[in-house]
Amino acid sequence: MNTMTDAGLLRDYEAHAATLPGAGSGWVDGLRKGGVHRFEGLGLPTRRVEEWKYTDLRTLASDPFGFADETTADVSIPDMDLGAEPYRAVFVNGRFHAGLSDLSGMPEGVVALPLAQAMQDSKAFLESYLGRIAMLGRRHFVALNTAWLADGFTLYVPDGMTIERPIELVFIGATGDTRAAWHPRNLFVLHPGAQATIVERHIGETGTYLANTVTEIVLAAGSRLNHFKLQDEAADAFHIATTQVHASADAVYENFSLMTGSSVARNQIGIELQASGSSCHLNGAYLGRGKQQLDTTTLIDHAAPDCKSTEIYKGALDERSKGVFQGRIVVHKDAQRTNGHQSNKALLLSNKAEIDAKPELEIYADDVVCSHGATVGELDEHALFYLRARGIPLEDARGLLIDAFVDGAIDEISNLAIREAFRSHAKAWQGGNS
Amino acid sequence: MNILSIKDLHATVDGKEILKGINLEMGAGEIHAIMGPNGSGKSTLSYVLSGRDGYEVTKGEVLYKGENLMEMLPEERAQAGVFLAFQYPVEIPGVPTVTFLKQAMNSVRKARGEKELDAFEFKKIMDARLKELSIVNDMVRRALNTGFSGGEKKRMEVLQMAMLEPSLAILDETDSGLDIDALKTVADGVNALRAEDRSMLVITHYQRLLDYIVPDHVHVLAGGRIILSGDKSLALELEAKGYADIVAAAA
Repeated sequence: MNTMTDAGLLRDYEAHAATLPGAGSGWVDGLRKGGVHRFEGLGLPTRRVEEWKYTDLRTLASDPFGFADETTADVSIPDMDLGAEPYRAVFVNGRFHAGLSDLSGMPEGVVALPLAQAMQDSKAFLESYLGRIAMLGRRHFVALNTAWLADGFTLYVPDGMTIERPIELVFIGATGDTRAAWHPRNLFVLHPGAQATIVERHIGETGTYLANTVTEIVLAAGSRLNHFKLQDEAADAFHIATTQVHASADAVYENFSLMTGSSVARNQIGIELQASGSSCHLNGAYLGRGKQQLDTTTLIDHAAPDCKSTEIYKGALDERSKGVFQGRIVVHKDAQRTNGHQSNKALLLSNKAEIDAKPELEIYADDVVCSHGATVGELDEHALFYLRARGIPLEDARGLLIDAFVDGAIDEISNLAIREAFRSHAKAWQGGNS
Repeated sequence: MNILSIKDLHATVDGKEILKGINLEMGAGEIHAIMGPNGSGKSTLSYVLSGRDGYEVTKGEVLYKGENLMEMLPEERAQAGVFLAFQYPVEIPGVPTVTFLKQAMNSVRKARGEKELDAFEFKKIMDARLKELSIVNDMVRRALNTGFSGGEKKRMEVLQMAMLEPSLAILDETDSGLDIDALKTVADGVNALRAEDRSMLVITHYQRLLDYIVPDHVHVLAGGRIILSGDKSLALELEAKGYADIVAAAA
């Protein structure tokens, strides 16, 4: 895979771009053009690109993707009990589906809109943030997403306001036999002291599609975002998600990502802890089987003193699946009294399964407490025998031990109802039901 | 029909023969003690009977209630009523003891064609057993064996035995690592489980356990064979003379 390819991801761009929301308004066009230009220069990453060394995109690059137009396809959303009745925004093939969504009852002053609508209603707001958090840089998929910028979820929470009920964002892939790509773009802005809980669900029953999501998050001083994500895409899908967060003083960002779906997935989270007292807690679990590749890549920038970051990831990999964990923590020169802890633990359930873990600490300050740990293990034979000696069949005994292992990460989810919802999804994975 | 019938059993571990022709017959409700010096094959025997990987039977047969025990998976043996009380119960962090107990009981019931217990029915049975064995509730709320003291681990084994109601219980060095008070507590628990349809194979290095769990028969295992059998007085003789003399005399 030496030659760069774009898998036809910009094919017929001009014709399609003219139909996208906001086309013809100068700044959106300009933003998109920047993305096109950058993606033309970058193409899809090969494994020669350092950040993509471990995840092989050859199956993604092998055949061209078409344009996913708005769809009226029948879709169903499996129930998920999130405790309180959530606000819900549903996107089918990347486009907002009003019929399945219900954003009514949002507190006064909150902006919660599909991006396509925000381009009309909240232009000035968008202009201040969109494309300013997730920079293009050498980010192939951010560039591609920006080129196709069309829809997604826009959230603004004003000063000191707490949105009590969770906001559920459901992204559904329904492409049937067509190989298609879409590029949701989310923007969450929390003003000082604001709080919100967002649950993203990425699902799809069938189809070879590329869901390439970019989420930009701005957390002003003292705000808190609880951000939970379930990635349960169709078995042949490609899921690439890039989340970029700017956190101001004393802001708290909590993220939990549970990955069970897709053939190739990359969950990339970047955080800039920009002012003192801000913190982030990035946790997750990735459960793979078949020939799945599940990649978790995190980059935490400690740019200010007295910030804290913790990471706890656990992976259970069966059959020929492969996990990737790249965790980079950079502590800048002035970021004294930084506290940063990272842990990735992988359980290999078959001798063909694989994990590539690459923790990186780059520390330029002298008064810091940082640690990282990466472990790889197998199911404990003694424990398995003990359970079987009590009459528990081998498969169930394995199940108990895998549950116990994954629970160690899931227990980090601060919201109890969502924790249980994610726990039952992880348990269902064991039975081959997710 | 005997509950357990072992005929000329040979077994190897890592290619090395440890059991060199064991013969043993156990009737229903009988308690047999197997005593022997370190390295005589005591633990190997318990693992062979319970089906642990890595223990290869090279010759002989083991019949449990007339069935070939060696052809059964470890879980099938447990479901059929064979119970091994481990010398070193395994700590399993993250698995709540209650969850484990319920799953074990229901696995066994399911295999026996009995109805699985719901949470309420299960709790009733568990609470009754906890009370009989004077075990505090707190123990079953913790992760299985995790951070348990030596005595707690052995009591947890007895609790499991009480709940799974085996026909054949193998107690592998149940006395190891226990002080005298803990030993008495555990022995009381075991004695409470003595029944006409329950046989026990008590494997131990020391006679002192047999003061509390009094056997019907005592066998001396040395060099992978049973070299001497007798009644409970044999255990006292061993205690008085030591293994060296007995083994030498029997050779």
